[in-house]
Amino acid sequence: MINSESHITVHDLTMAYGSFVVQRNLTFTINRGDIFIIMGGSGCGKSTLMRHMIGLQKPAAGEIIIDKLNFWNAEVRERETMMRNFGILYQSGALWSSMTLAENISLPLEEYTDLSSNDIKEIISLKLALVGLSGFEDYYPSEISGGMQKRAGLARAMALDPEILFFDEPSAGLDPISAKLLDDLILELRDSLGATVVIVTHELASIFAIGNNSVFLDPDTKTMIAVGDPNKLLAESDNPKVQNFLTRGKIHYEQTS
Amino acid sequence: MTNQCEIKFTKLDKEKLLLTLSGNWKLDNNIPDASVIEEKILSFSGIGYLEFITTDVAEWDSGILTFLIKINEWCSKNNIKMETGGLPQGVQRLLALASAVAEREGARRQFVREPILSQIGSGTINFVHSTIEILNFFGEVSVAFMRLLRGKARFRRADFLLILQDCGINALPIVSLICLLVGLILAFIAAIQLMMFGAQIYIASLVGIGMIRVLGAVMAGIIMAGRTSASFAAQIGTMEVNEEIDALKTTGISPIEFLVLPRVIALVLMMPLLCIFADLMGVLGGFIVGVGMLDIGITEYYNMTVDSVGINNFLIGIFQSCVFGVLVALAGCLRGMQCKRSASAVGDAATSAVVTGIISIVIATAIITILCNVLGI
Repeated sequence: MINSESHITVHDLTMAYGSFVVQRNLTFTINRGDIFIIMGGSGCGKSTLMRHMIGLQKPAAGEIIIDKLNFWNAEVRERETMMRNFGILYQSGALWSSMTLAENISLPLEEYTDLSSNDIKEIISLKLALVGLSGFEDYYPSEISGGMQKRAGLARAMALDPEILFFDEPSAGLDPISAKLLDDLILELRDSLGATVVIVTHELASIFAIGNNSVFLDPDTKTMIAVGDPNKLLAESDNPKVQNFLTRGKIHYEQTS
Repeated sequence: MTNQCEIKFTKLDKEKLLLTLSGNWKLDNNIPDASVIEEKILSFSGIGYLEFITTDVAEWDSGILTFLIKINEWCSKNNIKMETGGLPQGVQRLLALASAVAEREGARRQFVREPILSQIGSGTINFVHSTIEILNFFGEVSVAFMRLLRGKARFRRADFLLILQDCGINALPIVSLICLLVGLILAFIAAIQLMMFGAQIYIASLVGIGMIRVLGAVMAGIIMAGRTSASFAAQIGTMEVNEEIDALKTTGISPIEFLVLPRVIALVLMMPLLCIFADLMGVLGGFIVGVGMLDIGITEYYNMTVDSVGINNFLIGIFQSCVFGVLVALAGCLRGMQCKRSASAVGDAATSAVVTGIISIVIATAIITILCNVLGI
């Protein structure tokens, strides 16, 4: 581990749409430099949990503490300052479709920095080069493939050198090789930028390859049923649901216990 | 061997009944009705076991499965045991698969008709909620506008200019065509009546005042509601579906400032210009009928129009068009921002934007007309 200083702490979080509770009593800690996986079956509230952590949805109860500051109790201004440290890659890329890739990346830069337009241009080429899209500055999102859109989305997420990177199903819709390249890129970013990474995924290959901490959400009991390193969970967890998930249904658990 | 679905019943002993199936058990081959078979089984009293022989079944598809599932359900209700051992291998496996996951309790949708009072009640609650939502949206847009005046709000100039072009010059052809025709129609209808007492010249004032005071603005407003408001709703709705709005929010950029403000401002700037253009085209339509068909002199028509249409009428028209600009733009943006996350929701948003736009134009026209009446303008 890089170090074990806690970066994000979720304490007793309950998420709900109106009176419909999605998940309750979520408590876990993400350390600085972790690659933290939010996993669980379809419809268990993984993406909803991420929407809570990035400020799009207010918790029904409980708190999220980022860098010792209470994210949801903070004033709007303060929360916006905290959100400036986030880089978010949405499931569909969510590039602004009326802007070119360069404009997509430059918008946060223009918003929050006083850089000259030349500096911004250089940063844009750098970020695009990092995700392997050099020369695509003037393309519109609709003109490039889905995998490229995702990488461009990552370039935008990295525009402000964020401390925390959030990924919503990064490998969904990608072929295995592109997915692997994206995983490598995530690892590389964590190591070089020292960022904390939070990933929502159910892609087992990615979970074991890059995750070093995780939470497992269960839609039936509506709470988390496991936390920790996914590789250790595979070896040690005696929860049949977790085992079932991590082994793609080959109940590994019966043989080991 | 025929291909007809056939079924033979043989009583093996006191409790066991053997069903021998033969023929093509396929959906399009008149598979016997399960209830007929059930009655038949009941006619052998005291049956506790069912067995099957299907060696003569040539072909089968989902038809045999639905038939057997019905029989199976009926059997378990009547305490009869169904031995599936004699069925074709594939059928056995599919039956096992179909019964492997029990129906999730409460998963099946129940369609209960809501009593009329509760329908009225939830309708009222929805109405209150949507009114609050609309007021909220107005408030947010006003706040954003104040921020803009203080130089704090921001949107991209390129976006703004594109919108300006789209709801300005690009709308000119349709606005001119429709307003020219409205002027023509108005003049035609008036001509028939006015000619009866030789007052054709008043066509000039009728078309002039009608178009310039009300119809120019209203027609331009309705065209923009159908054209631009729908496109605003669809653009913003698609951005919502695509998580682009979320991306704006998490980047710390207010979607109201970034998306709604430029659209509202562009439309408020362009509507008066479109209205002036619509006025001109309407008057031109009346002119064509008056001069071309009723032999009113060109200068005569011109003078009559200028004399009868005062500056007040013109200003009222322009004022209305500004109001319509705000309403149409807000209707489009509001419905776009309210869009849910699916493709059909974008269509609904566009439809609802047009409806909201047109209704608010008509209501605003009524209010302004009454106010002008009261104020004596």
